[in-house]
Amino acid sequence: MTETRFDRLADARPMIECREVQKHYGDYHALRGIDLTIRAGEFFSLLGPSGCGKTTLLRTIAGFEDISSGAVLIDGKDMERVPANRRPTNMVFQSYAIFPHLSVAENVGFGLRRDPRSRVEKAAAVEEALEMVGLKGYGTRASHALSGGQRQRVALARALILKPKVLLLDEPLSALDRKMREQMQVELIKLQRQVGITFVLVTHDQEEALVMSDRIAVMFEGQIAQLDGPEALYARPTSRRVANFIGVMNFLPARVLGETGGAVQIEAPGLGRVDIPMANVSRADPGDLGPTVGFRPEAVSLVASGAQGANRVTEGVVDEVVYYGDMTYYDVRLDGSAGFDGQARPVRIAMRNVFGREVQDVGTRANVSWSPGSLVLFR
Amino acid sequence: MASGNRSQTAQGLTLIAPPLGYAVLVLAAPLLTILAYSFFKDGYLTVIREFTLENYRAVWADPIFHRIMLRSLVVAALVTLATVVLAFPVAYFLSFAVSPQKKAMWLFLITIPFWTSYLIRVFLWKVILGYNGVINSGLKTLGIIEQPLTFILYNVNSMVITLAHAYAPFAILPIFIALEKIDRSLLEAGRDLGESRAMTFWRVTLPLAMPGVVAAALIVFIPTIGDYVTPALIGGGKIPMIANMIQAQMLDLDNRPMGSALAVTAMLIVAVISLVFIALNRRFLRVRQ
Amino acid sequence: MKGRGLRAYALVYLLFLYAPILLLPIFAFNSGTIIAFPLKSFTTEWFGQMWGNASLRRALTNSLTIAVSASILATCLGIFAARASTRFEFPGKGPIMGLIMLPLVLPEIIVSISLLVVLLSLGVKLSILTVILGHTLICMPYATVILSTAFNSLDRSLEEAAYDLGETRISAFRLVILPLVMPGIISSLLMSFTISLDEFIIAFFLAGNEPTLPTYIFSQLRFPKQIPMIMALGTVLVIMSILLLTIAEYFRRRGIAKTGAKNTGGFL
Repeated sequence: MTETRFDRLADARPMIECREVQKHYGDYHALRGIDLTIRAGEFFSLLGPSGCGKTTLLRTIAGFEDISSGAVLIDGKDMERVPANRRPTNMVFQSYAIFPHLSVAENVGFGLRRDPRSRVEKAAAVEEALEMVGLKGYGTRASHALSGGQRQRVALARALILKPKVLLLDEPLSALDRKMREQMQVELIKLQRQVGITFVLVTHDQEEALVMSDRIAVMFEGQIAQLDGPEALYARPTSRRVANFIGVMNFLPARVLGETGGAVQIEAPGLGRVDIPMANVSRADPGDLGPTVGFRPEAVSLVASGAQGANRVTEGVVDEVVYYGDMTYYDVRLDGSAGFDGQARPVRIAMRNVFGREVQDVGTRANVSWSPGSLVLFR
Repeated sequence: MASGNRSQTAQGLTLIAPPLGYAVLVLAAPLLTILAYSFFKDGYLTVIREFTLENYRAVWADPIFHRIMLRSLVVAALVTLATVVLAFPVAYFLSFAVSPQKKAMWLFLITIPFWTSYLIRVFLWKVILGYNGVINSGLKTLGIIEQPLTFILYNVNSMVITLAHAYAPFAILPIFIALEKIDRSLLEAGRDLGESRAMTFWRVTLPLAMPGVVAAALIVFIPTIGDYVTPALIGGGKIPMIANMIQAQMLDLDNRPMGSALAVTAMLIVAVISLVFIALNRRFLRVRQ
Repeated sequence: MKGRGLRAYALVYLLFLYAPILLLPIFAFNSGTIIAFPLKSFTTEWFGQMWGNASLRRALTNSLTIAVSASILATCLGIFAARASTRFEFPGKGPIMGLIMLPLVLPEIIVSISLLVVLLSLGVKLSILTVILGHTLICMPYATVILSTAFNSLDRSLEEAAYDLGETRISAFRLVILPLVMPGIISSLLMSFTISLDEFIIAFFLAGNEPTLPTYIFSQLRFPKQIPMIMALGTVLVIMSILLLTIAEYFRRRGIAKTGAKNTGGFL
């Protein structure tokens, strides 16, 4: 395993601490006890579907919402009764909130009004901030004439110029088109490394969170369902819900046969008997009917024949082919997968299309290779 | 802003307090006073604070009240009918035929006359419609008529024309807004399902525009019935409407309880008619777009 | 073409709307003392007569005092009402806003008579102050509507952004909200001013012995001799109203353009 950024940050001091944070609007519970520590210098994401409380949590950190109970600490200081304008946080709003009556430079310099520095020094700071976000020389432009990407950069410069301890980003890329979004993702990562400020990003886009974050908190219904680094989150989701929200996962019903040493032995239709290491075993969601084994479409592949190394091979029939250009998705019915209840469950397999490899037809027999280490068990 | 529900509420109430206070003191309190007066006895120059229904009994028994109230209702109904019927095609034109950039300009043109001196406009109609007025003198000069037209002279007709002119923009705007809200694909759907243009208008456009028509009717009807200037100027004081009667009772005869009872009764009648009108059209008003 | 018949009708309708106003200048410059065709000769005598009229000047001073005061008061109250209704939720919001908007649909005779009765029974002397009281009341709903549009087209996060960047709630209002709704405020001031300047009933009942322009005009309409001068006065008033409204509309549109909202058109 390579050292992740988070490992390097493991010793960093806590920057934001949420302790048992609750937020009610009347009978509606927006936050149901959030416990969370975000470290200094971390790029942290709050990920979840709309209405999961991620924006509310961000706004309680910013100070726009009071919390009903619990505590929010920023850099060790309790933020109770500290209003938004006195918190060491700044925000990039979803709509960017660029003041339409002010020029670009006036927008960026908005927060410097109370700064004791001279006018010339402030102008230099504004220019520097603009340069940092790639808008050098845009200062005199009218802000309402900017494109979406440019507005985004102005909003960033305006927040960063105040050198906050924490930068809060509320779905900052959702209004951009796909190309622009991917470009800004990379720029945001670079910018964060450059300034070293703690970034807290709210997003409903799992890909965005995986690309940008050191750690991700996945939220459902006002609670954190899983908090992990991107790789762990993707490879070892601790609930079916998280697994479903982040990418695609195949699920097959499983029967637990017993525990041996550091592993659980199961039997699943089409897969046979498998030992699953304890690290890959999580509790089932309350709605699940029984133990379930899951694996990503990329964790399995179609092979010519025979097992290689630790991989095992199961035969099956190609049921459906979806061609995406760079990828092909196959739905394959594994032999014996109509297991316990007689219901066939085709598994989805993602194959990168490389030169010389032919796309298989529907109805052909195929060898499916999979590694026992890539399976996760929910029981 | 750093605020939960409670302080949101508190801030809202703090902000609304000045205008609310003003409306309570200058509007609600006087209206309640009138209501209270209507149950008091008139003691000639003073008011005796003693509960009675005598004023209302007197109002209902008064044949003059019946005649004037009926006239006010008829005038207001005619004005409403005229304004709404005349305004609908204009609103339709604005919404469907005028290009979006020009809509604001047309609306502005239509609202301008409404904002220019009401008094002078009413008076001008008297001048236009009078015995020796612009129309009669013009037509005589042109040799079209020899005797002045009399049906436009100082009577109910001339009041209706004047008031219909005064409240025209009030009728156009709500209908226009209702028409603007109609999803254009609904009309295409109507045509697609085999209806002619006229039938699509009848079965789709008109029902969907009804909330605007109802609003327009009420917005014209309610102030018209309480109009004071037009009967005073056009009718020359000889064909009073209910506002003139209230003013006469209150000030000229200084019978405040009686005047108050008149005012309250008139408001009640208007309210009842409005509610009945809304109830009759309720199947159109339930439409959510 | 589909719209042609409708367009012709709409133009005729506009002519009907403007007919009386178009007649004003014709008779204001006509030397005949009776308002009838055929026209006599061109004259500016009536404008001269108007200029030299002392009681008219007094009425004008009164009207301007009332209109300026009422428009400022109504706009201030309107700012509170518009801000409260567009930004906050509070119990009784519907009925409260209903009461504030009530003068829009209540016949003015009811407003003025009931206010008059209360003022008289309290022993308040009628003056231009009492007219200001009444005019502020009837201008307030218009101001509230105009300002609500202005406040509504504001993105709420603009205010939060200012707050987030270190401003207090009050300085955020001053630095961000106020400049952005300024066109709405100017529009509301001009609109209220126009309404107050033209308002007759309330001035008629609440002014006591003080004349305002409309009550002065009303009193003069009884004397046929004075009518050409009233025509001249009317011409001036109409031109002023149109001018003020055009400026108000300009500011309203600029305000909408500034905040990037869609123009929905119209004042009401």
